[in-house]
Amino acid sequence: MQIETNTPIVKQKKTRNWKRWAIHLFPIPALLIFSIFIVYPLVAALSYSFYDWNGITRGAFVGLANFIDLFTLQPFSNMFWNAAKNNVLYFVVQMIVQNGIAFVLAFIIYKRIKGSEFLKVAYFLPRLLSVIVVGFLWKLILNPNFGALNVILGEFGMESLQKAWLGDPKTALMAIILVNCWFGIGFAMLIFLAGLQSIPKELVEAAKLDGANGANVITKIILPLMLPSIMIMTVLTFIQSFEAFELVYAMQGSQGEPYYSTDLLAVFFYRLAFGGSAAGDSTAVGLGSALAVVLFLFIATCTALLLKYMQKKQVEM
Amino acid sequence: MKQTLWTRPLYYIIAFAFATISLYPIVLMVLSSFKPSAEIFMNPLSFPKNFSLDTYRRLIEEVPFGTYFFNSVFVSVISVLLILVTTSLAAFYIARYTFWWNNFLFFFFLMGMMIPIKLGIVPLFILMKDLGLLNSLWSLIFMYTAGGIPLSILILTGFFRTMPVELEEAARMDGASDLRILWSVLIPLIRPALGTVMIINFISSWNDFFFPLIFITDEMKKTIPVGMLSLFGEYSADWGTLFAGLTLSSLPMIILFFVASKQFMDGLTAGAVK
Repeated sequence: MQIETNTPIVKQKKTRNWKRWAIHLFPIPALLIFSIFIVYPLVAALSYSFYDWNGITRGAFVGLANFIDLFTLQPFSNMFWNAAKNNVLYFVVQMIVQNGIAFVLAFIIYKRIKGSEFLKVAYFLPRLLSVIVVGFLWKLILNPNFGALNVILGEFGMESLQKAWLGDPKTALMAIILVNCWFGIGFAMLIFLAGLQSIPKELVEAAKLDGANGANVITKIILPLMLPSIMIMTVLTFIQSFEAFELVYAMQGSQGEPYYSTDLLAVFFYRLAFGGSAAGDSTAVGLGSALAVVLFLFIATCTALLLKYMQKKQVEM
Repeated sequence: MKQTLWTRPLYYIIAFAFATISLYPIVLMVLSSFKPSAEIFMNPLSFPKNFSLDTYRRLIEEVPFGTYFFNSVFVSVISVLLILVTTSLAAFYIARYTFWWNNFLFFFFLMGMMIPIKLGIVPLFILMKDLGLLNSLWSLIFMYTAGGIPLSILILTGFFRTMPVELEEAARMDGASDLRILWSVLIPLIRPALGTVMIINFISSWNDFFFPLIFITDEMKKTIPVGMLSLFGEYSADWGTLFAGLTLSSLPMIILFFVASKQFMDGLTAGAVK
């Protein structure tokens, strides 16, 4: 079919030569902007990681020294592993809580309950707020003295549960992850709903006629057929959690307070790249670039593996 | 599936309980913005007793909110326009011609969707400095345009491919140039896709605060999200004003959403599904 698309151009060849060439100008503006502001910086970040840095002036080529420092030099290596651990938790909890709840809600709306249009709007609305607004809003709600959450707990006689949610290293990270889930559930719900609605009704009907019970229909028919939307949400959640930065920055600042309990890899990276870190010394830009490369390779590899695995699953079905 | 007696009510309970969790913080934000701080402390949950616009007056008088607002509009509108023009051209080229490098070009652009550009922020900062774009709204415009290109090309290319070729061929017989065909024949046909591209990119550029956080320090060049950041530094005890700031910065998006909620939801998810 695409060969046919080409024929008109072939016909033009003889007569209007310049017009045939003009078409090659079409992708140039997009290509230029994309290459200068996306591709170049990422490639440059890779090369930066092999140099010693003096503030923001490049020093000597040091090979893999920045990478070795990142994993062995204190306090960086501690910060790195701490942030990596927090990041894994961020991803896992988001997968379970955000995507789990979103799936249940999508299923309920799919079952055609009344008010589903209102419900969709209600779930989706938080997604429209800027992450910084979300962060500040919840910071006010979670405030230990006057924040709405503790007040509500008080009204229901659950004073024992009242807490300085963001001030306690035990609860701060979880509070932030749950705020992120609050923000993201509506979007995930819509993706799952689209997946559910694409399942042919006849398949479900046929299974029911054959005597399959509810649980069987869900596990044997609905879940496998929803694999594409589950795959999309898994990949998106993965990428989003490993580059999460804004929410922590808005709620807990660039040090991942309290005591680095909410530190994430991207927050640590921000500290290394733009200071505010205890070590605002000459190695920070090199170390930051090394961290960017490690994080980039990790995200790219995992995303590729995830996509490949899910694709295989789909083919097998 | 067999409906037992209790499943329906259970569905309603879960669905509306979660709607409350979703909406309540936003309602609280709007209600609190009409209360003086003292009342927020005393009755954080109730409706405002002394309904007052004082917080908004203070916000607009003491914070250059109008400037932030103008900057946000300027940056978002120009980047969305740039995205529409550049990606229509590129997607048309990719979808309608089959030179050997076209597939390569397509995947080159798509790569950008899986790569967190934040990781290139140090070279970007230096690049912007060298280009003299630090503290300029153009640094943001270029970033949002570049960042929006991959997804927009994916969506538009998909749409161009579904258009019947006959229309173009007819126009070509009449001697129309490629640009003419794109502008007069195809663009009107793919209007829904352009709407989707517009909404996705408008939301992300309006709400972003990472790039202005790094590129903008001049108070008069700040967009609304970074403006909020300084607001929280200065008014940390004045809860009423803080809530007013949060409400005011979310309002344009919420109003637009209520005008076209379906398009918004379709738009944002289109990027993921298609």
